[in-house]
Amino acid sequence: MIYEGKKKIWSEYQKDIPDDHYFYARSCIRQMFFTASEQAFLEITRKLMGKDIFETEHHTTCGGIAYHCDAIPQETSMTIIARQFALMKKYGYENFVCSCITSFGLYNETLETWRRFPEVEAKVKEDLWESCHLEFAKPKFLAHTCDLIYKYRERIASMAKYRLVNVKTGRPLRVVEHIGCHYSKMFPSKGFGGAEYPYVLVGMVESWGGEIIDYPERRHCCGFGFRQYFIQSDRGYSLANTYKKFESMEPYEPDMIITNCPGCTYFMDRWQYVIAETQGKTYGGKGHGIPVLTYEEVAGLVLGYDPWDLGLQTHQVGSEPLLDKMGIKYDPAKKYLGVNGKFIGEPEKSPC
Amino acid sequence: MIDFGYTLNPSSRINLDNFDRNKFEKLSKSEPDVLLCIGCGSCTASCTAGKYTDTSLRKAILSILDCNEKAAVDFAASCLLCGKCTLVCPRSINTRNLLLSITKIYGKKQ
Amino acid sequence: MKHANKNIVIIGGGPCGMEAAYRLKNEGMNVILVEKGPSLGGHLACWDRLFPESIKADDLLDILKNNISDVNCFLNTEIIKMNLRNDAYDIELSNGITVLARAVLFATGFDIFPAEKKEEYGYGIYNKVITNKDLEQYFKTGKDERIPANPKNIGFIHCVGSRDEKIGNRQCSKVCCATAVKQACEIKERFPDANVYSFYMDLRMFGRHYEDLYYKAQHECGVRFIRGRVSEISENKEGKLIVKAEDTLMGKPIKITMDLVVLMAGMKNSEAGIKTAGQLAVLRDDDGFFNSEDSFYNLEKSAYRGIFFAGTCLGPKTIPETINEARSAVLSIKEYVESFAND
Repeated sequence: MIYEGKKKIWSEYQKDIPDDHYFYARSCIRQMFFTASEQAFLEITRKLMGKDIFETEHHTTCGGIAYHCDAIPQETSMTIIARQFALMKKYGYENFVCSCITSFGLYNETLETWRRFPEVEAKVKEDLWESCHLEFAKPKFLAHTCDLIYKYRERIASMAKYRLVNVKTGRPLRVVEHIGCHYSKMFPSKGFGGAEYPYVLVGMVESWGGEIIDYPERRHCCGFGFRQYFIQSDRGYSLANTYKKFESMEPYEPDMIITNCPGCTYFMDRWQYVIAETQGKTYGGKGHGIPVLTYEEVAGLVLGYDPWDLGLQTHQVGSEPLLDKMGIKYDPAKKYLGVNGKFIGEPEKSPC
Repeated sequence: MIDFGYTLNPSSRINLDNFDRNKFEKLSKSEPDVLLCIGCGSCTASCTAGKYTDTSLRKAILSILDCNEKAAVDFAASCLLCGKCTLVCPRSINTRNLLLSITKIYGKKQ
Repeated sequence: MKHANKNIVIIGGGPCGMEAAYRLKNEGMNVILVEKGPSLGGHLACWDRLFPESIKADDLLDILKNNISDVNCFLNTEIIKMNLRNDAYDIELSNGITVLARAVLFATGFDIFPAEKKEEYGYGIYNKVITNKDLEQYFKTGKDERIPANPKNIGFIHCVGSRDEKIGNRQCSKVCCATAVKQACEIKERFPDANVYSFYMDLRMFGRHYEDLYYKAQHECGVRFIRGRVSEISENKEGKLIVKAEDTLMGKPIKITMDLVVLMAGMKNSEAGIKTAGQLAVLRDDDGFFNSEDSFYNLEKSAYRGIFFAGTCLGPKTIPETINEARSAVLSIKEYVESFAND
């Protein structure tokens, strides 16, 4: 691997986005899967960085999952998106940041559709006014939340309480980064680092002390892929894709996986359990899985947030081996205690 | 083991790393013309048996190269040895000997 | 009687410019050959052997060079300015010399497609990915740290930067098929134990004896030809390459571990040639190569009086074709210059 060659490509895919004043749109599934990640993003950007990130309870899903499952036509999802953009304008913002990769891809696809087919844009504008009485607008800058954490990565590093380093051996942690397909595969210029060698998560990991693993199936889908998951009998395809990735990364002995997409985090985390149960195989050593974290969770750990406040107890794969490697103090007794010390329940089987 | 209602689906990918070079060298020694196929499809197009069965010399050769020996034998098994493909092959491959060699080297009775 | 202007400026010191210089000199013209680089020969000087007969590139280069030992050659020189003045071109060179030329021949040649632009193949990122040009250098010098001592699997990937809308080069680069087959034979001769694979879309063996070369690659060298374009390359822990493609004839995806991959980088019009031609607003086609007056009967003529083309600045072609075009341009230039003598 020639690192300089990658750096050259990375330098060619640097997009220009402002570092402040954003209208924030949540992800419909992340709020359920990785409950604290979006909250961590707001804490880090607003409180630690002092940025103006605005959110309103009036925004909705982007309709992405329904669109990708053919449950709604593109026109419907475009109108939902037009409403999100209209809310941004209504509250006085011109930059839009979203938490979900599916949304990010769909927002980009929609803006590109409007650019190429102005008559479609005109129709959506009309539909928006008829259905919601809202004024049509397009964002000046569209960003994904990982783009902002990437932009703040050096500041986060300067405030770091822990680093992505094994405190016992002093060695950098070996990190697998996985980018959601819709981050840059549709529009390579919209993602930091492009589509073949994306840099957005690599940049974070490098700044925070870790070491990136480039394994043969790095570019392969996490296994979500919408249509291969939604019907139960099809899920073997989803599982097989995830299995392929883990088999490919296994020889590198990764300490953790960082992802920027809701589906990727979810499937790479949950399928490890199913692979363990059906194939009897685990990948993290000593019968453990490899912890799979969102970039907000990783940023939060680096900044010294309590792992249970970051929601790591909601992951299928236990994060304790990672916490121990990083030298993070945590109270095992508080793992399943939620807000105000209320017991939130415990899995029947201990996670792999 | 838990039954989740689905299984780990097998990969349909061809893995060229499994290629058996020794066996193939045996075949190319028995009939060197196997190296000359350009996959034009004339043999399959002219094949009498192939209109009703899965006979295809082209696919038999490719199956060997793509590490699926069983399929290769199956593609050759229903050949009538009529010799029509020998007439049409632009590379003048000795198809009859090639088919017989495939069956001999890759078939069950070795 | 006015002294006739027989000054001809040839831009580009590759095979095309050299051959034209030799023939124009023989016709009594006063030739000035301008080459931007430090030596003559162009891409030919980087090559080891030429298809289909595998003659030595240096042997041809020596002939071309010896022919023009008494021609005015300016190396490391570029065209600064070029203006039309009274049926001649007033040309200022970067070495301070100015020439009033009756005619100008663009023999500006081609650039090899920068293979790193096909990002998914990882040229410049994966250690064991090289180009056709790198391999010729290796054949010539025997040195390339990227080439392992005992490679087991070697892959050639056709059409890198050719027939590719995605990177903006729609044209077939014409010579890469024959080059790949030639190089596949040569590497098999060097590493007899290796399995050599060729991933192609179509094999365009259009020239005399090219089909024999293909036959040899199959029959003598046992090269496995796979009809499928490689989709991506990645590296495994041992630093070997994982190549993915489809065997389109079988209709199935393929994966293979390679010790060396050679990218057949295609041809595009030379950036330096385009820059020089830009001063005259010379027209280019969609494929980036220059436009002739017409492409059947006046291939060597441009839309401008006194400006001529020859060789690969008019599109991908072989060296014999280039040499023939150079000679044809010489005929046209001679006719053009003599038309003034009759005034």
